[in-house]
Amino acid sequence: MVDPEYLKFDTLSLHAGQEPDPTTGSRAVPIYQTTSYSFVDTEQAAGLFNLEQPGHIYSRISNPTVAVLEERIAALEGGVGAVCTASGMAAFHLAAATIMSAGNHVVASRNIYGGTHNMLNLTMPRFGITTTFVDPRDPEAWRSAITPETRLLFAETLGNPGIEVLDIPLIAQIAHENGLPLMVDATFTTPYLMKPIDLGADIVMHSVTKFLGGHGIALGGVVVDGGRFDWAANDKFPTLSQPYDGYHGISFADEYGHQALSMRARAEGLRDFGAAMSPTNAFHLLQGVETLPLRMKRHVENTTSVVEFLEEADAVTWVSHPSVATHPDHELAKQLLPKGAGAILSFGIAGGREAGCRFIENVQLASHLANVGDAKTLVLHPASTTHQQLSAEDLVAAGVGEDLIRLSVGLEDPEDIISDLSRALRASQKG
Amino acid sequence: MNIECRGETVNIATGGVEVDRDLPPVVLLHGAGMDRTVWSQQTRYLAHHGFAAMAVDLPGHGESGGEPLPSIAEMADWVAEAITEIGLGPAHLVGHSMGSLISLEVAARHPEAVERIVLLGAAAAMPVHPDLLGAAERNEVLAPQLITSWGHGTRAHIAGNPTPGLWMRSGCQALLERANDGVIFNDLAACNAYEAGDVAARIACPITVVVGSEDKMTPPRATSQLVAGLSDVDLKHLDGVGHMMMIEVPDRIRELLLDALH
Ligand SMILES: Cc1ncc(COP(=O)(O)O)c(C=O)c1O
Repeated sequence: MVDPEYLKFDTLSLHAGQEPDPTTGSRAVPIYQTTSYSFVDTEQAAGLFNLEQPGHIYSRISNPTVAVLEERIAALEGGVGAVCTASGMAAFHLAAATIMSAGNHVVASRNIYGGTHNMLNLTMPRFGITTTFVDPRDPEAWRSAITPETRLLFAETLGNPGIEVLDIPLIAQIAHENGLPLMVDATFTTPYLMKPIDLGADIVMHSVTKFLGGHGIALGGVVVDGGRFDWAANDKFPTLSQPYDGYHGISFADEYGHQALSMRARAEGLRDFGAAMSPTNAFHLLQGVETLPLRMKRHVENTTSVVEFLEEADAVTWVSHPSVATHPDHELAKQLLPKGAGAILSFGIAGGREAGCRFIENVQLASHLANVGDAKTLVLHPASTTHQQLSAEDLVAAGVGEDLIRLSVGLEDPEDIISDLSRALRASQKG
Repeated sequence: MNIECRGETVNIATGGVEVDRDLPPVVLLHGAGMDRTVWSQQTRYLAHHGFAAMAVDLPGHGESGGEPLPSIAEMADWVAEAITEIGLGPAHLVGHSMGSLISLEVAARHPEAVERIVLLGAAAAMPVHPDLLGAAERNEVLAPQLITSWGHGTRAHIAGNPTPGLWMRSGCQALLERANDGVIFNDLAACNAYEAGDVAARIACPITVVVGSEDKMTPPRATSQLVAGLSDVDLKHLDGVGHMMMIEVPDRIRELLLDALH
């Protein structure tokens, strides 16, 4: 049996979306630090504005450096297209605002990034979009939360902070049975560990800020369009299936079919909301994507070492990572994440809140900050930072105990990471 | 725009504008397992450049109703009927791959329906690799993958989409994956079984044929054999381009269409 002659993942990480610059021969992706692009003539200008022909007009809508990153991430995810945004939050908003309007409803996993939880729980309702939060491991909860107004199911591939593994095939099936798309936030897995579109997800978003960029130097987000969802199959998605006055009555589903979402998100969402990625950020993030496969492999290897250490450590009461046999998703992770379940884990520290604070204050190599997915090891105490806006009740629902420490394992030598943790753990117990 | 043909709905993309009945009609026909959207980079442009552009979903494809038709001849008869239903004929026919075979047959069997034909990725015979045919028969994702793999030139496998943010390879694969079960197999079997016979000799209208140097599905050699039998033909070469030329180099195909149709 013949195989498709597709370029492989590592090759795409380096090449997809870029040809050597046609005018200068520049091999690296140039930073097109420009706001706007000269038109050839009035005819071409009119054609560009009217979506008759493709090209760059103004960098809020598209930019050649950003376009390389977009095409590259789409290639790595196996999506038909991608739209980059100023941040991960902007990516979520762009996708949501492209497919939904006031009166619509989201069913979302309750174990998601605190920022996304805030947006869904507090901010979007002000614009008429409400959310029901569910236990991502409970298929019945997903099913019964769906209402006639529901337009989107949303979860993270690896939850926050319990590292819940999303059963994408199962939740996608529930979504599709109801004529709805599943969007996943794949920030923690990256396309190296898992390809959500192949598993049934319809939209993938990332905070590119994290592992894709990989060096903690630039913010960015991306919405990847899987292209398999039929937006015109029912009347739930008029922004895609009905004529749009913004471009002389174009219907994106009719005109672009499987690429309708990518086209509308750019033509309307970037144009109007304007949360565009800067070309310089795209350049920085591209440097990270080039080494994504190498870095993720090492992130996962180091995580394995750190998990082994923590499981044996006296001051540690529990370790939550899907590679641990007692993790509820241990088997699911083996199936969906054969290359590893990411480099983010949480653990409980003996002595609760105070010991947690002492631990954080005593790490020296690991950095105490509110980020994940840096090349460097990061630690955080969510109850006092990312999740502090949540009520005590929501904290419990989101699975964030006061003893919980979150670790984003970096690329340092694993022995050095472990001795730093070991030292801080000892200090934490001297209260 | 929707019309009725043989009691089924036919979905036609018109570039987001209402069809102007005073303009010369151009009917665009997609290839095996695909739909109207393969022309999305041409339809809207033609519609704004003096043509009544109509990219058709063949029966059982895209948003059209009905079942896919089992042979090229039957598809050609259907296209002629659809042109009558639209009521704008004779039309310029632009066909890609299977659509080019259909265009040839419409021109031969229903000359009154056709003004001129433009063929992209064309050959007098389209034998299909048995592994591809088998995968299509079993509705395996391998079929979309193989068509996508062979359907694009080397450059298109790396980069070069002029529409910012779109990734060609997955675009093609997703489009094919959206086809209903059996549709890709039906179309590939129809292409595989097609015998041109004396079709070239029976065509009276002018013909433009576009060939990509890296086309693996209808390679330049096969296109040359077709062209050798045609009388009023204009052959255009595209360097470094594969079978999915209207997606790989949409700008060049737009220019070429404007040129050929005027
Ligand atoms: C899983 C996840 N999604 C989304 C975001 C938001 O991304 P950004 O900070 O780039 O806006 C974050 C940031 O921490 C995150 O961890």
